[in-house]
Amino acid sequence: MIKTFKEIAQSLDNASAWQQKYREIMLLGKQLPAMPEVLKTDDALVPGCESKVWMYLDFDLEENTLVIVGDSDTRIVKGLLAIVLALYNGLTPEQVINTNAFAEFQRLGLIQHLSPSRGNGIKAMVERIQTMAQQKS
Amino acid sequence: MFDIEKIRADFPALAQLINEQPLVYLDSAATTQKPLSVIAATEQFYARNNANVHRGRHTLSEQATHAYEQARATVAEFFNIAINELVWTKGATEAVNLVANGLTEQLNSNSVIIISPLEHHANIVPWQQLAKRTGATLLALPLQQDGRFNTQQCVKFIELHKPNVLAITHASNALGNLTPLEAILHAAKQQNTLTLIDGAQAALHLQPDLQQLDCDFYVFSAHKMLGPTGLGGLYGRYEQLNSLSVYQTGGEMIESVTLTETIFRQAPAKFESGTPNIAAVIAFAHAIEYLKALDTTNVYAHEQAIFNYAAKKLQSIDGITIYSDLKSNIGTLSFNYKDEHPYDIATLLDGFGIAVRSGHHCAQPLMQHLGINGSVRASFAFYNNHQDVDLFIAALQECIALLD
Ligand SMILES: Cc1ncc(COP(=O)(O)O)c(C=O)c1O
Repeated sequence: MIKTFKEIAQSLDNASAWQQKYREIMLLGKQLPAMPEVLKTDDALVPGCESKVWMYLDFDLEENTLVIVGDSDTRIVKGLLAIVLALYNGLTPEQVINTNAFAEFQRLGLIQHLSPSRGNGIKAMVERIQTMAQQKS
Repeated sequence: MFDIEKIRADFPALAQLINEQPLVYLDSAATTQKPLSVIAATEQFYARNNANVHRGRHTLSEQATHAYEQARATVAEFFNIAINELVWTKGATEAVNLVANGLTEQLNSNSVIIISPLEHHANIVPWQQLAKRTGATLLALPLQQDGRFNTQQCVKFIELHKPNVLAITHASNALGNLTPLEAILHAAKQQNTLTLIDGAQAALHLQPDLQQLDCDFYVFSAHKMLGPTGLGGLYGRYEQLNSLSVYQTGGEMIESVTLTETIFRQAPAKFESGTPNIAAVIAFAHAIEYLKALDTTNVYAHEQAIFNYAAKKLQSIDGITIYSDLKSNIGTLSFNYKDEHPYDIATLLDGFGIAVRSGHHCAQPLMQHLGINGSVRASFAFYNNHQDVDLFIAALQECIALLD
């Protein structure tokens, strides 16, 4: 069962030490369903990242929601990706626009993972999701 | 006597907590920390001495010009070269670009340029571009599977291909491995090859005498030698240096200008267009003075002792693969743990206050050669101590426990 963002936030809040937090994040990554290899195209590769990050973005016209699938070759990035997916998957474009990943990551004590470093795949992902939401809203 | 605690006290950045734990700085290959004298010199310049150089007759400008040119003399003496053989650049990268651009008119489609597979991208891409512009052939020296050069193979390769230009690093940034330069430079000289050595990594650790090394060009970055960022240098044997065509044009580098014609100055001035990084140049001279005041032999012995201590401890951890040559190294350990991603290891180490680098280290061809996507790199400098190694190894073991 994939955890909701609320459940994730809860378990991260409950983590006593930073090690526990990372353990939790890596576990989230492990629980993320594997991305089908056919979706791991060059287009899906978020460019310039130190770790490999794939993201496949689609839009469900019927439901008016974003569909996001992602994967990474590192455990921590994959876990962070799982958090981003839990935050945005299945939301309408308007909901996406009103959901600020930076504020949420700040609250979870993970803001350093959205640093402006050029190699930051998580930040690039969030930007892609927001761009799509802007286009569809 | 080499008093490591006294030295550490000169580097204020080392005495801080990161993630509530004492910082263990093992990323000196990316940039070194700065001693107090360099920090103070930067502040002093902007607080009191700030003026532009080589223009204006007022007192401050003359003082700034004097300090700026005195700094060139200090650094030239350090490398045992003539004052007019040192060009200031913004870093090793710009220095390589300056040479590669300046050689455009001297090469053609019959020319051969040789680099090596373990170069930093800064010593690959400018040569690729030069080859594209001129039609020259770009080749790479043979490198053994383990990331070390076989001297005989390299010498044969040079004899076979008779390159016009050979650009090679003094020490690998990703592995720390030292290049067997003596034999390679000797072979190149037999072929009248122009040689450029990338000293970005080695200059701090080896403090080379460039006349003795006998290369035509040598590039370095001040920020990897205790100095400020945004400054580097190019040594060029004067005749070779002066024969390069100009790189960037503008003020400061000219003899005279009319609206249609310009007469350029002689080297080094002709390569130093515009207002230079004056504060950095002056502060860098303080970095060099700092290095000179240390006993080179003791510094090197200390660095090697720390490196060997760390290598031994790292080797004893099950599942660790080390890529660095442990016998001939400037003090860099490149490694992976099982098939864990270096990004995960570096991120977890940071939680313990340990600063290392992960990734391909701007040396993608080398990573391809070694058959890996990247590695964790712990790079040491003389201000690291045994406690740094102990904290690093203990933290690494905790990271492994988190991952396993
Ligand atoms: C071997 C080597 N060459 C060149 C460079 C480029 O130096 P800079 O970025 O200071 O220009 C580096 C820096 O990482 C290096 O390690």
